Amino acid sequence: MSASGQCREVFALLSQYLDVELPPDACGAIEEHIKDCPPCIEFTESLKKTIALCRQYSPGEIPPELNEQSRAELERAYRRMLASR
Amino acid sequence: MDRAAETALARQLLSGTTGAFDRFVQHFRSKIFNYSWLMCGQREDAEEVAQETLLRVFERFAELRDPERVRPWVFRIAKNACLTKRRRSLFAPSANEEISLDSLMPARNGEGGAMKLEIADWSHVPEDQAMRSQMQREMRRAIGELPEIYRAVILLRDVEELTTGETAQILDVTEDVVKTRLHRARLAVRKDLDARLRGVLVEAK
Repeated sequence: MSASGQCREVFALLSQYLDVELPPDACGAIEEHIKDCPPCIEFTESLKKTIALCRQYSPGEIPPELNEQSRAELERAYRRMLASR
Repeated sequence: MDRAAETALARQLLSGTTGAFDRFVQHFRSKIFNYSWLMCGQREDAEEVAQETLLRVFERFAELRDPERVRPWVFRIAKNACLTKRRRSLFAPSANEEISLDSLMPARNGEGGAMKLEIADWSHVPEDQAMRSQMQREMRRAIGELPEIYRAVILLRDVEELTTGETAQILDVTEDVVKTRLHRARLAVRKDLDARLRGVLVEAK
């Protein structure tokens, strides 16, 4: 197989590789290819960074304050659930 | 609040511990609101989805067999509330397009995006509040622009850090579908950040 064909295979499986979701032999094949392929090393690093950014992203939008009526509606449902147990 | 703390809170809620109700509402309402806003696209819808989700959660809380699964259990209810909301909306976002793997692959000669991602990792620059805020906005935009099927997966897997199996159950798809969509979602976010931020934010040393 050509180097670029191998790059494409690595490219297709890279998230599963980084998430440790691949079988050991597939992992080994990817590591074997990547270590001698600078573009794949760079790309792997860039995907790692993207994943880190996604994990650090905390959607910090604060919802509008819960009004008394909505809170009471939720608490009634909670009390009913507790009473029925 | 991490998963262990959520589990403890779920147990307190079931045993009627004082204060557990308000802590639960405060924590999960914010989570559901943010997820729903990105999934429904409208702030007002997100507020309603959060209320409807919490109502269902409290009505059915006794059905939660395993308190350790409280986060995926709440998100499954939130996902369904989002779907109901979308069906009622006249302006429901358009159907889902698939993203092909080839469209996300950078060319080796640099055309179509670089292999490197030359942007700052904000975890390394915690003191720079302006950069952190910009990255938060860019991430929100990049995730928000993904087709819905990819957006849901990246929010549940990477932002909420649910497992592949939990995400598959929430979305009613196989684990292989979750893996495929997650990879494409990440690649699309990577490509988006590369195109928009290259040269804007350089690695801070």
